[in-house]
Amino acid sequence: MSAPSSIDVGYVAQLARLKLSEEETRRFQGQLEQIVRYIEQIRRLDVAGIEPTAHAVDRSNVTRDDAAAPSLSSEEALANAPVRANGLFMVPKVIE
Amino acid sequence: MELHEFTVSEAAATVRRREVSSTDLVRALLARMEALEPALGAMLHWDAEAALAEARARDAEPPIGPLHGVPIALKDNLSVKGQFCSCASRILQGYRAPYDATVVEKLRQAGAVLLGRTNMDEFAMGSSTESSVICPTRNPWDFERTPGGSSGGSAAAVAARESFAALGSDTGGSIRQPAAFCGCVGLKPTYGRVSRYGLVAFASSLDQIGPLARDAQDAARILHAISGPDPRDSTSLPDAPPDFVAALGRGIRRLKLGLPREYFSGGMDADVEQAVRAAVRVLEGLGAEAVEISLPHTEHAVAAYYVLATAEASANLARFDGVRYGRRAENPADPLEMYGRTRAEGFGAEVKRRIILGTYVLSSGYHDAYYLHAQKVRTLIRRDFRQAFERCDVLLTPTTPSPAFKLGEKIQDPLQMYLADIFTIAANLAGVCALSLTCGFVEREKKLPVGLQIIGPWMGEETLFRVAGAYEQASAWHKEAPLG
Repeated sequence: MSAPSSIDVGYVAQLARLKLSEEETRRFQGQLEQIVRYIEQIRRLDVAGIEPTAHAVDRSNVTRDDAAAPSLSSEEALANAPVRANGLFMVPKVIE
Repeated sequence: MELHEFTVSEAAATVRRREVSSTDLVRALLARMEALEPALGAMLHWDAEAALAEARARDAEPPIGPLHGVPIALKDNLSVKGQFCSCASRILQGYRAPYDATVVEKLRQAGAVLLGRTNMDEFAMGSSTESSVICPTRNPWDFERTPGGSSGGSAAAVAARESFAALGSDTGGSIRQPAAFCGCVGLKPTYGRVSRYGLVAFASSLDQIGPLARDAQDAARILHAISGPDPRDSTSLPDAPPDFVAALGRGIRRLKLGLPREYFSGGMDADVEQAVRAAVRVLEGLGAEAVEISLPHTEHAVAAYYVLATAEASANLARFDGVRYGRRAENPADPLEMYGRTRAEGFGAEVKRRIILGTYVLSSGYHDAYYLHAQKVRTLIRRDFRQAFERCDVLLTPTTPSPAFKLGEKIQDPLQMYLADIFTIAANLAGVCALSLTCGFVEREKKLPVGLQIIGPWMGEETLFRVAGAYEQASAWHKEAPLG
C-alpha cells in the first residue's frame, strides 16, 4: 500500500479523462492536498474485524421478471447525440 | 390572502372545492416568478405554456388524486420526458430527458402540475447553489446570503412563495441544509423509501429524493405521493407508504428524544444552540422526554462521506463522455482528446475536484486505504444509529452549525464548504430518515431562520411527522415569510 496524502492531480486527472489547464492543475493540487489531509483522519480509526457497508439498506439480488417490455426507440435514444448518422452514434476515428 | 401564499394543503382543498382553478394557481405563481426571478435566481427554466396546459387539463376533469391541480417545482436533476434537465451544468446544456422519473409519474398520478425547474449546485455537488454554472440563487431572507445547497433553488422558490412546494435531492444534506437556511421544511426519506429512477445520479448509495415545503403537513402529503416500491429501482424498498398526514396529529406523549452529545459539544453558534434547546423544551412540554445519547463516530462522518460520495460520483459521471448526450468538444482528433476536452470544458471546478478525489480514492494502491476503510467507518456510523434508536424514538440536532452564510464566503475554500454539512451527512451514510424544520430566527444583519433536525430510524418517517406536527401546533415559526 502506497503512502497516502501524495495526490498527484495531473496524473489522477488523466485517469479521470479530464484535460485540465496548468492553472487548474496547480489550483486543484493545493486544494485537494488539503482535502486529502482531512479525509486521512478516518485512517486513525481502528476498523479491524468490521465489515464494509456498500449500501444503506440490506437488500441484495433484487430481481424482476425477465420479461420483454417497451423501452426507448432508437430515435429517442439517439435524440440527444452530439453527432449521429445512419441510426448510430458517431465518434472520431478510433483506429488509423 | 393571495393565491401564491397558499400551502399545498390549502391549494389542493380550494381546487377540490372549485373555488379557484389550477390555472389561476399557475398564473399566480408565474406572476410571482416573473416579479422575483431576475434577482432571486431560484428557477433555472420553466415553460409557462406547458404548465398552463397541464393546469387546464386538471381543471377540465374531476380530481384524479390528492394533489389535483397543485403546481410543484422540480430540481433540475429530475427527468421529465421532453424537458431540459441540465443539473446546472454546461455539459448537459440542451439535453432533454427521454423518459419521466418515477417521482414525476407519481406526482402526475396524484394530480400535481409541474411548474418549473429549480436551480442547484452543479450535479448536486455543493452546499450553497453557487456552483450552478447558470447563476447563484439568493437567500430570500437576505439576498447577500446563499440559500444553502445543493437544492438551494427549491428551498428559495418555496420560501419566496414562487411555488407551493418543490422536490429536491439529498446526498449529504442537500434538502435539509437549504430548508434550514431558507426557513422551509425539508425531508430526506429513508434510503429506498422513494425510487431514484430518473434522478441524475451523484452518489447512488446515498442519494434520496424528497420534498421541500412550507410546513410538515405539505411535506407529508408530497412524501405520500412519491413513495413506494419501483421495479425500475432495485434499491427501492417494498413498503407501501403509510398515512403520513394522520401521523401529524398523533401527539408525542412519552416519545423519547435523543440529544447526541457529539452534536452539542461546541462548534455551533450560541444563538443557534439556544433556538434548538428551546425547541427541545417545547417538545418536552408536549409530553416527550429528552435523553442524552452518544453517536461516537460522528467526528469521522464528513471524512468518510467525502471518500464514498466522491468515489461513487467519479464512476457515475464517467458516462458524460461526449458520445451519447450532452456537449461534445469541437473537432476532437481522437476519442481520448474528445473525452478529456469534453469533460474539462463541460464540468465546473467543484465537479472536477470531486471526480479527481473520487478517482484517487479508488485508484490502485489507495482503494483499501481510503475507499474500503471508509466503507467500514460507514458500518460503525450505522451501528451508532442502530444503538441510539434502541434507546430513543428520534434524535434532535441543529440542522447546521450556523445560519445562512454569505455568497462568496466559502466558495474559494472547498473544505470549509464541506464542513457546512457536518450535522446532516451521517443520516445519509446510515440511510435513516431526517427532517429539518424552522425552530427560530437569529439576527445576522437581517433575520435568518434556524433549522431543527429530527432524525428517525429506518422507515421511521411517521415518527418524524408526529414530532414535526406537534411542534408546528405549538409554534408559529413556519408561518413567517420573507419578502412580504
